Amino acid sequence: MQITSALPIAKMVGSNRVVLGTGIVHVTGDAKLPANDEKELRRKLVRQALDALQSSEKR
Amino acid sequence: MRIAHYLNQFFGGIGAEEHAGVGLEFRDGAVGPGKLLEQLLGDGAEVVLTIVCGDNFAVEHQADVTAAALAKVRDTIADLFVAGPCFDAGRYGMAAGALCSAVQAQLGIPAVTAMSEENPGVDLYRETLHIIDSGTSTLKMRDVLARVASLGKKLAAKQTIGLPHEEGYLPRGLLRDQLGKQTAATRLVNMLLAKVRGEEFASEMSPTAFAPVPMPAAVKDMTKAKVMLITDGGLVPRGNPDRIEGTAATRWGAYNIEGRDDLRSEDYEVSHGGYDTRFVQDDPDRLVPLDALREMERSGIIGKLHDEFLSTCGRSNPLSNTRRLGREMAEKIKRDGVDAVILTST
Repeated sequence: MQITSALPIAKMVGSNRVVLGTGIVHVTGDAKLPANDEKELRRKLVRQALDALQSSEKR
Repeated sequence: MRIAHYLNQFFGGIGAEEHAGVGLEFRDGAVGPGKLLEQLLGDGAEVVLTIVCGDNFAVEHQADVTAAALAKVRDTIADLFVAGPCFDAGRYGMAAGALCSAVQAQLGIPAVTAMSEENPGVDLYRETLHIIDSGTSTLKMRDVLARVASLGKKLAAKQTIGLPHEEGYLPRGLLRDQLGKQTAATRLVNMLLAKVRGEEFASEMSPTAFAPVPMPAAVKDMTKAKVMLITDGGLVPRGNPDRIEGTAATRWGAYNIEGRDDLRSEDYEVSHGGYDTRFVQDDPDRLVPLDALREMERSGIIGKLHDEFLSTCGRSNPLSNTRRLGREMAEKIKRDGVDAVILTST
């Protein structure tokens, strides 16, 4: 599966499992957030990624 | 003109799928489609050698088959090498492509083959070879061979080869300089006017087409799965030990993360010339989410986080190159027994 903020590219090349990241410059983070919130955001993204891997649905 | 011709077991007259395991055979003279090819080439053209091999054998023993065929073609002193037409037969296309590209590169003999656009041989060899677009119907054999003959003659005579749609071969993805009569601005406006008037026009850019990627099966039990992290965002250890280029990367690296709970800024750098890398430089977990996955490994949500992450730089890279990088990574992933991959892309 792919975590990316460049969704059109993921679609173009035919990625089957995609989770939208939080920006090209920090796909699994967000420099604007306090450290704890940023980490919580990253956990959420990774959980979504694991969900996608366990699903047979294209997303 | 002397031609060497490659056919699979079916067109070579041995038999259908049940004979796909037959080994390499050499025959003097033309066989099957080769006879029609001789006619279409005219001018005393002669197929002096026909090489026949079963589709399974050719793919399973590609290196040996190629070496033996090369030696025989070298002795034959051919002016042109033709393979197929292969239509949509995948193994046939892969064998034809491998042979044509070897003959061309190692013997300097021009080669031409024919396949349908979807044939996996096209993806592998379109940049190296002239592949006539055969479509999928073998009923078109005569038309296809006529185009093979016409292009083959030009290649053998070292004449200038026209554009894909003029000669009937599949676009190779190569750029060629050409003097235009009008500036780009004029051509663009003309195209726009034609579009507005509902007239036909041809774009000078062809969008790259990507074959659909089959969806891999879902992970059944994540608590037992080995998960690997990969990024195309260019994260590398300080000093960039594999010298991964920040643009059009030709390499990828595997970097050990055993026992690490967090990726620290001082241990890594970013080799990528396509985005503002300061945020990742400050905290590499923003690109390779090791900290979150390590927690999930500890709490048993995933079975294991693989001891290495893979990295390359995905910027401005020709597809032929990125496909190779992808294939190499996939081989490692299989070898290491990884069940699931999270790829982070900038």
